[in-house]
Amino acid sequence: MQTTRTIAIECMRYNPETDVAPRFQSYDVPFTDDMSVLQGLQYIKDHLDGSLTFRWSCRMAICGSCGGMLNGIPSLTCQSFLRDYHPGGVRVEPLEHFPIVRDLVIDQSDFLAKLESVTPWLVPREPQPPAGEPNRQTPAQMDAYYQYSQCINCLLCYAACPQYALTPAFTGPAALALLHRYNADSRDGGRAQRMEIVNAEEGVWSCTLVGYCSEVCPKGVDPARAINQNKINSTKDYFAHLLMPRGKGGG
Amino acid sequence: MQVVHADIVVVGGGGAGLRAAIAACEADPSVTVALVSKVVPMRSHTVAAEGGAAAVTRDDDSLDHHFDDTVSGGDWLCEQDIVEYFVAHCAEEMVQLERWGCPWSRKADGSINVRFFGGMKVQRTWFAADRSGFHILHTLFQTSLRYPRIKRYDEHFCADLVVDDGRVQGVVAFDIASGEPLLFAAPAVILCTGGAGRVFRQNTNAGTVTGDGMGMAFRHGVPLRDIEFVQWHPTALPGSGILITEGCRGEGAILVNRDGYRYLQDYGLGPLDPWPRVKAMELGPRDRLSQAFWHEHQKGRTVETPQGPAVHLDVRHLGAAKIHERLPLITEVAKTFAGVDAVTAPIPVCPAVHYTMGGILVNGGCETPVAGLFAAGECSSVGIHGANRLGSNSLSELLVFGSLAGRNAARHALAARGTPSRVAATLAQAEDVVDGALALLRATRGERVATLRDEMMDTMEAGVGIYRTAAGLDATRAKLAELRDRARRGIVLDDRNRAFNTEWLSAIELAFMLEVAEAMAACARHRDESRGAHMRLDGLEARNDERFLAHSIARHGGDGPPALSLSPVTLTKSAPRTRVYGGAGTRAEMT
Repeated sequence: MQTTRTIAIECMRYNPETDVAPRFQSYDVPFTDDMSVLQGLQYIKDHLDGSLTFRWSCRMAICGSCGGMLNGIPSLTCQSFLRDYHPGGVRVEPLEHFPIVRDLVIDQSDFLAKLESVTPWLVPREPQPPAGEPNRQTPAQMDAYYQYSQCINCLLCYAACPQYALTPAFTGPAALALLHRYNADSRDGGRAQRMEIVNAEEGVWSCTLVGYCSEVCPKGVDPARAINQNKINSTKDYFAHLLMPRGKGGG
Repeated sequence: MQVVHADIVVVGGGGAGLRAAIAACEADPSVTVALVSKVVPMRSHTVAAEGGAAAVTRDDDSLDHHFDDTVSGGDWLCEQDIVEYFVAHCAEEMVQLERWGCPWSRKADGSINVRFFGGMKVQRTWFAADRSGFHILHTLFQTSLRYPRIKRYDEHFCADLVVDDGRVQGVVAFDIASGEPLLFAAPAVILCTGGAGRVFRQNTNAGTVTGDGMGMAFRHGVPLRDIEFVQWHPTALPGSGILITEGCRGEGAILVNRDGYRYLQDYGLGPLDPWPRVKAMELGPRDRLSQAFWHEHQKGRTVETPQGPAVHLDVRHLGAAKIHERLPLITEVAKTFAGVDAVTAPIPVCPAVHYTMGGILVNGGCETPVAGLFAAGECSSVGIHGANRLGSNSLSELLVFGSLAGRNAARHALAARGTPSRVAATLAQAEDVVDGALALLRATRGERVATLRDEMMDTMEAGVGIYRTAAGLDATRAKLAELRDRARRGIVLDDRNRAFNTEWLSAIELAFMLEVAEAMAACARHRDESRGAHMRLDGLEARNDERFLAHSIARHGGDGPPALSLSPVTLTKSAPRTRVYGGAGTRAEMT
């Protein structure tokens, strides 16, 4: 049998139908050492207060649903453990920099629009016949983009990003990392159309290289590195414009 | 009520739903799709699949081999004509995903690598490290964004189908953020809602896997087929049920009991050597491995952990480099959720409910008996898994049949253009659904959702487990009937709001789950034999082809338990044999 202890989980509450402003509510939750913060929230919902509202799904850190601020740090609640917050307790708030729909649930539509804006699909280099062989791609070619394909869209990086707070138009870490994922893929030919987003005001140049996005990323995607790579690419792009006529190939 | 018109409504944004939506758009340049999902698509449970997807790839493999492995793996309860279609179309789907950017793992020369999987004679599992489902889902989601004709309704909860005069007319859904109802009117609806593993307590499934589509179709007269066949994955973390992929064993991991003994050799999967070899020991099928665990536990040879009995899955001999290359997610998961460094220590594992082999009855074209209603993926029973699914056939299934369902639904929708609209009748029905759902918000007496749900999970674990008896099944059926009555008498919610009320939605999900659970228990009681993942102990330990080489059919019983019958299995080229693995399997294949 495991020892059961008790911890205070303090949750931010906000109900658009009844509340003028967010408030905090604290719950005493019995826990064992293997219980995640998410399981603590589930305990509250099942046994103490069915109105506490939060997103979750896979509970194994791959679906990206359950992010929140835990004692002020962007975290996945499913892979943060109550034992690590005992005896002080844990304060759970919705991810920062997003509008709150209800309690711990944020409005992710701005992120989804940004994700959609970066041409986040493979643009084939040339038309491919419907049937046939898969493309070849060496392990070295895969390495160029693989890390950036690991993003679970959990939005912790947006909650960590001071620039996204100041300039909401900023495309932001996860979407720019995804953009770079396709640009860096040897099978892709869509770089030109994506560079417009990279070069734009709200593209990579909005980033001030704080690097907190990469620190909080639960999957080691390192969006800061992806953005930095694209600053180099954007600079090259800029000088290329100065040095030769658009479309080159002339002369 | 807001009415949204589309040619096709796809319910569910996982692998099958996204594949269906894309296929429908590609089938015809004018088709419009409403993709209705209770989560943003990339949150769907496909994301958690780890090991990979089967497709004949190597020169030493053949469609016949894949067919034979699948049919014998399913203990001859597969629809063999449909398995033939399936195995012939897997590879083109894998290549299509590759062209959409899926980062399949490669060999040094840049060609696709394939790994071993349980019950498979040849390496044929395409994989993206051990995040195959994650990469498949994100590739499909991102690719779907190329098609503006796919209009997404993320976080819209589908409460019911609208069926009029034997034809589907659409679905009723609630926008979760606002709680406002919408009627999606369409001549074709594709259910891609996944399985029902959450009716059990110990399961590998996401919280969303609550049998919604199965429950909806069932209520509208569509039978659930072979629903008693529930897959226990042999290697999940005790307590949480988090999945530890079969890919570990595909790469060479071993399973040992408390004495460090590879116990599978005692259960028809040996001998030990040579190792590794296909269709033997740790590369046996999932049903046999989970059953072996049950026996080890009976014999007191399991390891005690604070979360319950376990055995040890050992990958250490693969070496750190291979573990990190091939099994990065598992390494991370074992560390985070079990506190184990897989490079230096074995991982404690035990069986957990993983997959519903049966589901919504569809024909080889993914059509249900209700005109215009299609189903694909885990929610459906198209007939390829039989009594036990082989690992890596389900990701292939959702691609092959998601695609087929999309094309067929497009054809159906185009043919239906110009037929008079039945919106009036449809609206009245939709309003009834909305009224029923809203009544839940007003109830002042009743029990908590969690109380009923927990009792359901406990009775399913107790009576419809890896091994089943008539007495245990009867007790569970009685308990489920009681829970059905209690749920109807009243569920009381703490939360009476419309906006983002997940407690309310969980009450609707509970009703779907209770329907499916009752069908599972009833069919399991009715099947007086042991086959695949359905094991009986009460003198019924043998397979009985004379009576039960047949599908179970459960029909909705109104206020009572479901009505049961059997239907014939289509056999084309494989006559039932004794199902053997290990040394006995090798001998059988040689004769």
